[in-house]
Amino acid sequence: MEQFEHHSALSGILESVFHVHLPDHVVMAIFVAVLLTGFALWFRSRISLENPGKLQLVLESLVGGLIGMLEENVGHKGRQFLGLVGTLGLFILTSNLLGLVPFFSSPTVSLNMPVGCALVTFLYYNFQGIRAQGVGPYFKHFLGPLLPLAIIMLPIEIISHLSRVLSLSIRLFGNIFGEELVVLVLGSLIPFVVPVPMMLFGVFGSLLQAFVFIMLTMIYLGGAVAAEEH
Amino acid sequence: MTRKALLTVFVWGAVFMLAAPVFAQGGSAAWTPEVYKWAMIAGGFCLAFAAAVGAYSQSRAVSAACDGISRNPGASPQIRFALLLGLVLIESLVIYVFVIALSIIFVKWGVA
Repeated sequence: MEQFEHHSALSGILESVFHVHLPDHVVMAIFVAVLLTGFALWFRSRISLENPGKLQLVLESLVGGLIGMLEENVGHKGRQFLGLVGTLGLFILTSNLLGLVPFFSSPTVSLNMPVGCALVTFLYYNFQGIRAQGVGPYFKHFLGPLLPLAIIMLPIEIISHLSRVLSLSIRLFGNIFGEELVVLVLGSLIPFVVPVPMMLFGVFGSLLQAFVFIMLTMIYLGGAVAAEEH
Repeated sequence: MTRKALLTVFVWGAVFMLAAPVFAQGGSAAWTPEVYKWAMIAGGFCLAFAAAVGAYSQSRAVSAACDGISRNPGASPQIRFALLLGLVLIESLVIYVFVIALSIIFVKWGVA
């Protein structure tokens, strides 16, 4: 789909000034990573216990909400997954919203980035499941509840686990790419005011997609880690 | 392994993975109008069908959620949460068909 490759200002500068030929989404993803890390490092010096500012209260409520959702979905051991889940959520949220800023394009618009995030989630929840239950009991869950059913349960379980990667990545990619495509088409027809409602909807959709991605990650983590409790 | 050694291994791994190859599309020969007619019809029709069925399913979910909220306004945060989650999961099925329609219409299959 060559006609959908668009160049943001940053990758254009990198190409013309530094002669670095990287695809658009890689440059934007590195920019998002640098932006988030820089913001975190800057904010660390401004945290105060007695006199919290507004930004600190907002971020604290965000982290508190994440921890609450983790403990509700995964169980009492959920707190340890906050690092990955929070990072993925913030990264995907910032990547989605970056596409609406002029002169930037969103890294989630290319299929490669959501597949990367989905693979990270897949490997992480399997790894945590094996770590929590041991290799043997974790793979015995693929055989299902009764032993004679194992012959049909095993391919179904394997396919459903592999399809989780596919569904996570295509859901994120399709929503963000579709929204940007509609903005592009509307903008090429009537570039004046008409794309704006679609961009507003794009803000809402970006938030929702990032939220659903983390929500599904937490559900999969809960299913992998806490399955010993039945 | 100590935490510091593990962290070093992962950071170096991430730095090495930054050298991502650039995928270049091959040259495009003639994509005959005969095939393209069918491609457009198939893509448009499958997406229209999926959007219709998806909209119907989402309308049922929304009406059930409105019934629930009207009967029990105190449970409205939980109902709203379940509604949003359900709507996004139903919508993702339509998004799958959208991606397939894009690849039917815009990818030049069978061309070197």
